Amino acid sequence: MVSQATKTQRKEDASLLSGRGRYADDLPVPVGTLYAHVIRSPHAHAGIVRIDARRALAHDGVWTVLTGEDVRKLSDPFLAAVKTPVQQWSLAVERVRYVGEPVALVVAESRYVAEDAAELVEIEYAPLPAVIDPVAACAKSAPLLHPQAGTNEVSLREFRYGDTNAAFSRADRRIAMTTTFPRLSFTPIECYVVVAQHNAAENSYDVTANFQGPFSMHPVMARALRVPGPKLRLRIPPDSGGSFGIKLSVFPYIVLMALAAKITGRPVKWVEDRIEHLVAASSGPNRVTQIEAAVTNDGRVLALRLDQLEDYGAFLRAPMPGPLYRMQGAVTGAYDIANVDVINRAVLTNKMPASLIRGFGGPQLYLALERLMHQIAVELDLDPLEVIRRNLVPAQKFPYRAAAGALYDSGDYMRAVAIATGGGRLDELKRRRAAARVQGRRYGIGFAAIVEPAMSNMGYLSTLMSQEAREKAGPKSGAVSMATVNIDPLGAVTVTADVTVQGQSHETVLAEIVANALGLRPDDVEVTLEMDTAKDQWSIAAGTYSSRFASGTAVAAHMAAAQMREKLKAIAAKQLNVLPDDVELAGGKIRSRSNPDNALPFGRVAATSHWSPVLLPESMAPALSETAAWTPPELEPPSHDDRINTSLTYGFVFDMCGVEIDPVSYQVRVDRYVSMHDAGRILNATIADGQIRGSFAQGVAAALYEEFTYDEEGAFLTGTFADYLVPTVSEIPEVEILHYESPSPLTPLGAKGLAEGNCMSTPACIANAIADALGVADVALPATPRRIHALLERAGEAGER
Amino acid sequence: MRAVKRDQKTRIALTLNGRKLAAEAEPRLLLSDFLRHGLGATGTHVGCEHGVCGACTVLVDGVAVRSCLTLAVQAEGREVRTVESLAAPDGALNPLQAAFRDHHALQCGFCTPGILMSFTDFLARTPHPSEAQIREVLSGHLCRCTGYANIVEAIKEVASSSHAPRSEG
Repeated sequence: MVSQATKTQRKEDASLLSGRGRYADDLPVPVGTLYAHVIRSPHAHAGIVRIDARRALAHDGVWTVLTGEDVRKLSDPFLAAVKTPVQQWSLAVERVRYVGEPVALVVAESRYVAEDAAELVEIEYAPLPAVIDPVAACAKSAPLLHPQAGTNEVSLREFRYGDTNAAFSRADRRIAMTTTFPRLSFTPIECYVVVAQHNAAENSYDVTANFQGPFSMHPVMARALRVPGPKLRLRIPPDSGGSFGIKLSVFPYIVLMALAAKITGRPVKWVEDRIEHLVAASSGPNRVTQIEAAVTNDGRVLALRLDQLEDYGAFLRAPMPGPLYRMQGAVTGAYDIANVDVINRAVLTNKMPASLIRGFGGPQLYLALERLMHQIAVELDLDPLEVIRRNLVPAQKFPYRAAAGALYDSGDYMRAVAIATGGGRLDELKRRRAAARVQGRRYGIGFAAIVEPAMSNMGYLSTLMSQEAREKAGPKSGAVSMATVNIDPLGAVTVTADVTVQGQSHETVLAEIVANALGLRPDDVEVTLEMDTAKDQWSIAAGTYSSRFASGTAVAAHMAAAQMREKLKAIAAKQLNVLPDDVELAGGKIRSRSNPDNALPFGRVAATSHWSPVLLPESMAPALSETAAWTPPELEPPSHDDRINTSLTYGFVFDMCGVEIDPVSYQVRVDRYVSMHDAGRILNATIADGQIRGSFAQGVAAALYEEFTYDEEGAFLTGTFADYLVPTVSEIPEVEILHYESPSPLTPLGAKGLAEGNCMSTPACIANAIADALGVADVALPATPRRIHALLERAGEAGER
Repeated sequence: MRAVKRDQKTRIALTLNGRKLAAEAEPRLLLSDFLRHGLGATGTHVGCEHGVCGACTVLVDGVAVRSCLTLAVQAEGREVRTVESLAAPDGALNPLQAAFRDHHALQCGFCTPGILMSFTDFLARTPHPSEAQIREVLSGHLCRCTGYANIVEAIKEVASSSHAPRSEG
């Protein structure tokens, strides 16, 4: 089946398997805690005429009902990344702009009572015309979501890298297509949870929530609450029931519950339910991309033009429009294309606001780019794999500076493709396709070759501003990763780090890294990752997002452990009476390299700083705690001509699959799937493959099943798990995972991110295979039976078989 | 049968993981909420509250049920088993739990208790299921982290191990 090397036993598992996890809703709450229920808009777009909460307030057990007017009085609108006149609070003010938008909050002695009372709140709306389609929303005549902004197209920038016009004029052919990436989420099984307390004496807030970061959102919340950062203490529980980017968007509710706690003088708890989550929590943005290539007759791409129109729903919440810019430096993907023009447009529509989601801009870009590569092959009558090969960045060009500024650190894309297509794998796919077609069955083969970025440059989003605006706003670049290694009085080692837990096995991997540096076993190292902003002084880049662990936090832990090791060597040298260079840490001992019998137990040396600081070498600070901050210099701010190295490391993924279309049900069945990953050095093979499998399942979901759908009036049609189709085990095909390792020269561990790749590559790969199976160019995702049937009907083929 | 008014709290007694327990609850309280917030057994998780995701699965008189679709009063006097009952008192994992750990069959772990309880029931009745049977039962659960493959492998290992008698059919 797979490259299942030695299986790791995760540190996290014993508790999670025994019902001893500590998720947000499991934690004890203070005595007297109240419970909140959110009343949500049934309209896609409407003025709020009147809210009458008198009957609800008279209901037994009800403490208060908050409305937008309360929120406007007590808080400030959320800061956004794009300066516009658009204002957003934690409850709708004057107007609702999407179905599910929070309109009022009922706070009562129990959740059941709060829900009862919600039915007694009378809200009168004056419906307004809604706009759902992003292209229609750009029209001059479109209803405006925020009239004060004067447009729904709230951000637009054009970029020119190289000489695209010249390349287009010398090209043999121009090949163009339009792709649309759907709206979807990865719906963690645990919904949002917030418990907020307010201390009126200090005007401070203490909130526990399953927030995932980035902690750049902490100042946004504190500003909304009109307090300095330290007055908003935010605690993240030790366990979280999945996130995939989605749990960033709990932040408006953190502010809302904080306000409710302030008003009632009691702690307030809110647990989102599934229907709320589906209708209003968060969505990935949908994108319409017009892409055009200037190509030679032999399939070489000389230049690209992209017009990316991204639909963020009703508000552009920070850090949006991140997905439009996260891939900016790497917009040419895995290909050596010197010229590219890009237009990035962010538009608002009457849908739930879009935000972070695993893949973050990659799936949208690669659907366009990889479908185009396939289409180039079709139009030039070439083999799609050959077109990919002719354009891949050649191995000798690494480190490779891409046209738009990304610095691809390492790789041998041709070699990785050769391995994946070799071993008879591609031949087998071709045999299966030929055999199917002989029998009149519809079978197609698809490919996708992508670059997977990791550890975002905080400066990437400022690319959306002009150079002059950037100069005015002050510099943004880099990204700090931090970790701390501690030693206790008995010499036990503990680790804390700047990531939030969501299932990625960070505890296990950090323990391995630190144990390895200190000559210990992973079981000797305890890792604690619950976070508390009052005590964990990490950087603003903290949090679990943009695959920053392997290239960021893991490196910081490695560095902190190395600092600790050097100190322990100096301490031990004195005690062993040898030179520090002769000291090594191995097998739980600290000993002389040249005379291993001259040794001390690790704990004995490690505890010296606690028990006998006087014995430390002269001028040495005690070895109690070592913190490392990792800031790679390659993450420079955008250049004057808008080139930006958007991420620190760039892995490579090559996917290949065969799909068959069922002649009766029009279901797409993935017959074979091969996924090759070059993520640099693999930190832990078991966990790496686990991440890839999870990402693959989500890629399949985006390709074939999951979509948030709205009707033309903006009614939300996918409010249950019976309508919004999360794949079960029956829907996820087997995947053959392959690895090729080109260690990154830019990080001491050589590791790159790998947990987002298939979210980016798999939708494109499956779409290409469907295009090949049906001989059509226009493949909309998710490729549901209804869509496939419509495609065939348009081609005049449905019902023939 | 006891008659209780809509808003009237009543004492509900049941056996949870072998221990007799009771707490006050309104008749409309869900079993999932009763277990978690009434009895403090937070190992059972709530993922959708409409019976699709399976995270809240517990055993009532040995049979797997969705505790989010069951009222607490329905469990009155019954034997309820949750994920907290699976490991030995010293914390040692049972073979099903250990197989999940050995096969990296969980990541965030939120859906896991429900899956463990479904298969505790299923494997008791069908100790040596085929892979197709395992997949059919597992399709009653949503997991967003793992892509399922390692869960199937873990259960296959338990199903093929020798402690259980081979089932008929």
